[in-house]
Amino acid sequence: MNSQTNQSMSLANPEGTNLSIKQKTAITFGVLGLFIFLLAIFNTNLPNKALFLISSLGLITLGTILYSNNAYLTKPKGIKNDGVFFKSISSRGTLGWITGIILTSFYIVLYFIPQYLGLASNGLPNTGLIALFDPLSKLLSGNPASQWFVYGTLYTLAILVFGYKFMLKYRHNRYEQLRTASVMFFQLGFAFLIPEFMSRLNQSPNYNLPYYDLKSMWPLNYYLFDSWSINGLLSSGSLGLLMLVFGVISIFVVSPILTYKYGKRWYCSWVCGCGALAETAGDSFRQLSSKKLSAWKLERWLIHTVLVFSVIMTTAMIYTYLGKDSSKFWLTQSTFLTSVGVFLTLVFALVMLFKRKELGKDARYGAYGYFIVIAALFIMHYTGTTDEIFLIKASSLRSAYGLYIGSIFSGVIGTGFYPILGNRVWCRFGCPMAAILGFQQRLFSKFRITTNGGQCISCGNCSTYCEMGIDVRAYAQKGENIVRSSCVGCGVCSAVCPRGVLKLENGTLEGRINSNDILLGNDINLIDLIKR
Amino acid sequence: MEHIVIIGNGIAGVTAARHIRKLSNKPISIISSETDYFFSRTALMYVYMGHMKFEHTQPYENWFWEKNNLALVNGFVKTIDTNTKTLYFKDGQSLSYDKLIIATGSKPNKYGWPGQDLKGVMGMYHKQDLEQLETYAPNNLVCKRAVIVGGGLIGIELAEMLNSRNIPVTFLVRESSFWNGVLPNAESEMINRHIKNHHIDLRLSSNLKEIISDKNGQVKSIIIEETGEEIPCNVVGLTAGVSPNINFIKSSNIETNKGVLVNKYLETNIPDVYAIGDCAEQRKAIGLRRPVEAVWYTGRMMGETLAQTICGHKTPYNPGHWFNSAKFFDIEYQTYGWVFAKPKENHAHFHWKHKDDTKCITIEYHTISNEFIGINNFGIRMRHEVFNTWLNEKRTMDYVINHLSDANFDPEFYKHYEQDILKAYSNQLQIQTIS
Repeated sequence: MNSQTNQSMSLANPEGTNLSIKQKTAITFGVLGLFIFLLAIFNTNLPNKALFLISSLGLITLGTILYSNNAYLTKPKGIKNDGVFFKSISSRGTLGWITGIILTSFYIVLYFIPQYLGLASNGLPNTGLIALFDPLSKLLSGNPASQWFVYGTLYTLAILVFGYKFMLKYRHNRYEQLRTASVMFFQLGFAFLIPEFMSRLNQSPNYNLPYYDLKSMWPLNYYLFDSWSINGLLSSGSLGLLMLVFGVISIFVVSPILTYKYGKRWYCSWVCGCGALAETAGDSFRQLSSKKLSAWKLERWLIHTVLVFSVIMTTAMIYTYLGKDSSKFWLTQSTFLTSVGVFLTLVFALVMLFKRKELGKDARYGAYGYFIVIAALFIMHYTGTTDEIFLIKASSLRSAYGLYIGSIFSGVIGTGFYPILGNRVWCRFGCPMAAILGFQQRLFSKFRITTNGGQCISCGNCSTYCEMGIDVRAYAQKGENIVRSSCVGCGVCSAVCPRGVLKLENGTLEGRINSNDILLGNDINLIDLIKR
Repeated sequence: MEHIVIIGNGIAGVTAARHIRKLSNKPISIISSETDYFFSRTALMYVYMGHMKFEHTQPYENWFWEKNNLALVNGFVKTIDTNTKTLYFKDGQSLSYDKLIIATGSKPNKYGWPGQDLKGVMGMYHKQDLEQLETYAPNNLVCKRAVIVGGGLIGIELAEMLNSRNIPVTFLVRESSFWNGVLPNAESEMINRHIKNHHIDLRLSSNLKEIISDKNGQVKSIIIEETGEEIPCNVVGLTAGVSPNINFIKSSNIETNKGVLVNKYLETNIPDVYAIGDCAEQRKAIGLRRPVEAVWYTGRMMGETLAQTICGHKTPYNPGHWFNSAKFFDIEYQTYGWVFAKPKENHAHFHWKHKDDTKCITIEYHTISNEFIGINNFGIRMRHEVFNTWLNEKRTMDYVINHLSDANFDPEFYKHYEQDILKAYSNQLQIQTIS
């Protein structure tokens, strides 16, 4: 390709993408709000913290609202992707890289050196940014803020204000609007407010509830079965027990039913907090996901490896928590381990028996491989070859998982790299929850994206704007339904299609995966001939 | 094994190549001087608008061609010698073939306007046109106004493109209303209003008289035939239709008229030479279709069909029911079956329009048999498969209007208008009965 032309295209700064005066004003408000954070980080002694906190959060909110109003309400309803690949922030330009580096650094500080943000130790009062958030934290839970409270507040704020922006951008599309309202609701209520109120309960000696976002299921919520979490829940009366039971039911009953009926989207793009951030604050980066076949291969290996890791880790954690004495625990170590083994074998056997044909060659090899490894570990354990259930101590597995997957993968890379790798890196390559839901979506679900006969013009908008890196066009131009485990059902491919080709649907299982060599519209006899 | 050579790497040529490859191991060469790799021509507009990068318009990754043993040749064919079965390239090289497929597409029409070859005058068809536009209209400082000549699908896309960079556009349309040779009046007028809502200076019943040059041989202004008005501009887009891109064939023994003449098997007058896509002209029109069909979908269908013939299963090109689609700024348009600008004899139109002026449908039906003939839908997506079935089954207008919800393809939670439409239809029937 003529590289010179492409270069001039990307370097061109068409007037059309320049900011209006109102947008510049809005950005000024937002930056002033962020500047207050900066002052706090540098430990400026801000006189009235509550006032400064309100002004900074208020300025950021106001700035985003004004900016969005000016960007979208001044234009007719419709797709608003003009200049996406000319803007520095959304095309891996300088602004994109700067944002990526700031986000990544923020996550590193947040996870590993929170004292830089002003987290107090030894009962001293907080300083810096964390102290700025003390008034809000005391108002909600009665406790001083922690780094997680600061993070949670900013995270929720981002989802709310960018959710507003997204709803304006798609104000012609009710699917997008309802979906966004849903993630905003779940983030504000379930992930932010309810846990804060729960910790208020803990002021009574009868309660010792762990931080628990009810909508965050295992294995995304990998610490649900940690001993501190289980102990906390079990020592908090019937409410705690109820929450633990709810957690288990969510995984084994609620999720399979909803995923069967609607696909994994009921969770990933309507409920989940990671999805919520990706769909709102991350929306400007969805076009940066790689659509290469090689990326898809990497994705399949990586995400299922994380799933296997999380299953092993959780099994080991629960195993260690349980005792050997059946009089103390109704569930003993060996019953637990046996039931896990039976469950995994059952899933493996049923899939290989009934759905074998629907799996790719590498998926089958992967399944065999992992099954053999887990089986071997179980056998070694039962034959007494090793004391530890999975060769390594459960607590080491747990801390390795927390560090590499929980912090580095989902936080530092997953969100920090939004402006470089796209907004769903974690959901696509790492999330074990997405792997389970995706597995079910691919094999046992009514959900699919239907393509509209022969109407596709192969333009590529659908693939470009797929945040999960699915080459949607490859299916659409063959008139084939899109049935992919990674699809989170955000609906953007359908929205950006200029020819009305794609529709998210829940239908019958029969004919869900279809393949046509010749598209609808051609000679009927020829289509029949090819089908035979 | 016989060497299949395809001139042109657009949708027709590439579809033929892919399907021949599925059916055989014949060596295949695809020649193009436009781009190295196949891209979606219909998506060029999105590159200028910044929705996509050029790479995104390429449906297959670059390794695809070698993996499937499809040889890509970058070259410009100057002449074809059908006696020796040899192609001669502009750079002096040559290539021999056993079977030749001509799939060279179209080129923008130029009607001999004074100044039509000035700098800053361009069509919007080839990748090179896009590069030209990027040079002459990168922003509204360099290009203070653009004039588009010709009110068809490419014209309105070019208007949308320039509009995305805030470049003022004057849009000259020869007809009294946008695309009203194809669209019924009510629809055409709705699109007129939509165009104006996007701040396009739409001039109906206006023809181009001439394009005026500045001292550097670049566009300075244009003059409108009807009024003599001079409009200063830096870019002129010529979008008055396209015609087959076959100049290089005229010197060969291959018979041409407007396009390369082919029979229903897509064969030319010379054995082992075929033509498909925009550049092919049917000797005998198929059904109500035009002899030359410059549409993405028909190019693809001809490619699918010819691959069968080349691989030993001789198949006539016999496309099914007509369908098409487009997008006019924010309004999507689909059509299934036939809806004519004016109803044919014994046909009538039923028209419904939503009050927001961005959604409407028109159904053409037979007034005596009540048979459903075709539908135009704007701002509402409809299922291809359902309409295809209804057309096969020769369903009545009454049936179609009562089952419209089965055909709805809008995203979930969208408002449905079937009840509204049914009510409008019943009212219309009553009025007809009374009068």
